[in-house]
Amino acid sequence: MLRRASFVFSTLVAFVLAAAAHAGEARVAVAANFTDAAKEIGQVFEAKTGHSVVFSFGSTGTLYTQISQDAPFDVFLAADQARPEKAEAEGYAVKGSRFTYATGKIVLFSMDAGLVKGEETLKAGRFNKIAIANPATAPYGAAAVETLKKLGVYDGLADRIVQGNNIAQTYQFVETRNAELGFVALSQVAAHDKGSRWLVPDDLYTTIAQDAVLLRKGAGNEAAKAFVAFLKGPEALEIKTKYGYGAGD
Amino acid sequence: MLDLDDIWSAVRLTLELASVSTIVILVIATPVAWWLARSSARWKEVVATLVALPLVLPPTVLGFYLLIALGPGGPGGWIASLGGGRSLAFTFEGLVIGSTLYSMPFAVQPIRNAFEAFGDRPLEVAATLRAGPWDRFWSVALPLARPGLMTGAVLSFAHTVGEFGVVLMIGGNIPGETKVLSVAIYDYVETLDFTSAHILAGGMLLFSFLVIFSMTVLERRMRRIGR
Repeated sequence: MLRRASFVFSTLVAFVLAAAAHAGEARVAVAANFTDAAKEIGQVFEAKTGHSVVFSFGSTGTLYTQISQDAPFDVFLAADQARPEKAEAEGYAVKGSRFTYATGKIVLFSMDAGLVKGEETLKAGRFNKIAIANPATAPYGAAAVETLKKLGVYDGLADRIVQGNNIAQTYQFVETRNAELGFVALSQVAAHDKGSRWLVPDDLYTTIAQDAVLLRKGAGNEAAKAFVAFLKGPEALEIKTKYGYGAGD
Repeated sequence: MLDLDDIWSAVRLTLELASVSTIVILVIATPVAWWLARSSARWKEVVATLVALPLVLPPTVLGFYLLIALGPGGPGGWIASLGGGRSLAFTFEGLVIGSTLYSMPFAVQPIRNAFEAFGDRPLEVAATLRAGPWDRFWSVALPLARPGLMTGAVLSFAHTVGEFGVVLMIGGNIPGETKVLSVAIYDYVETLDFTSAHILAGGMLLFSFLVIFSMTVLERRMRRIGR
């Protein structure tokens, strides 16, 4: 009885090991704005390669802090260039693996169909609360602050700004109507036509170039390397375009 | 990097929130605990369980329901509209509501225990001296339950100071309004400002130690007086 049990067990172990050697798993830290696109890219990637990919979503700053504290991630998809650059410089990432996988845009969005008309909505200020992502940790939040400052309305609105911990929570604040409007990522509203929106013109904020790096933990991981390659490919590009992202390099 | 105003603003806000919440909690928890201790209603344990739920529920569950309840579609939105707002989320008042619910069990439990501990005897004696129900409550029950009230107040205060998940979900991180200590620490860690994080985290460590230590000492002394 015992011998049979141990036989079954060792067979199982052998199976698991064989499977693991064949198809790997990539653990990818993803900036919150890229959530929907990443999930879709992940599905296609898994179907095509047989590798599996596990995503962790958060603000770029949050993820970077975790990476600096030895979080088990293989790839880092940030919402800016500064953190991946820093990851390279500090030795958390593989040198020379950094590339821009997408460029993002911000949108002023409201669930209220008539509310957002353009910059005049911000200047008129007929609302209680405006949501942005935390500018210290989320590049989309920093872009929102830049826009407000350039329009000269930041000081007037400062006490009505509420901050989401990342762009996903910011969108949630607006979606639940707790804040009437907010600066969200184009990717979050590209798939539907609810409410009202204003695509913020490019000259009001610095382009949000989003960089990816292969992290040191992923340096020997075939699945991680395959995912990075896939991210540069045409299938990924198609999905990125669908969500309103620019191509990157 | 080091911004003392920022740190001080978070500390002050947290103390304000904890003080206001503790007062609200005591005002609600005392009659509830009294009823739980004295009533013979069979469904009272159902009420007791409802009050105790936040002990077990993840803060995210409470945060999620609060976000909806405080918003324009919920009762909180209705209350806010009376004052010209549209949502109680992202306001100090909203945080008080959240903290009250969240820390209520920490007050109800010890106060109820205190009410139950002295039994029927003192109240019966007071009744024979022609003390009315209010009088019995104010001049006999409350003073006798003082250790429980103290414990409840200290625990609610401390628990509100330590609140994080609920605030993160309904606060909106507004300096001076909803950016409390625990959220400020989180922000500092996330932006790798470890100096500021150390100051606040170290302070919290000391504060928590003092709370628990003084509670223990207080309880001992109370018991000695009680004898």
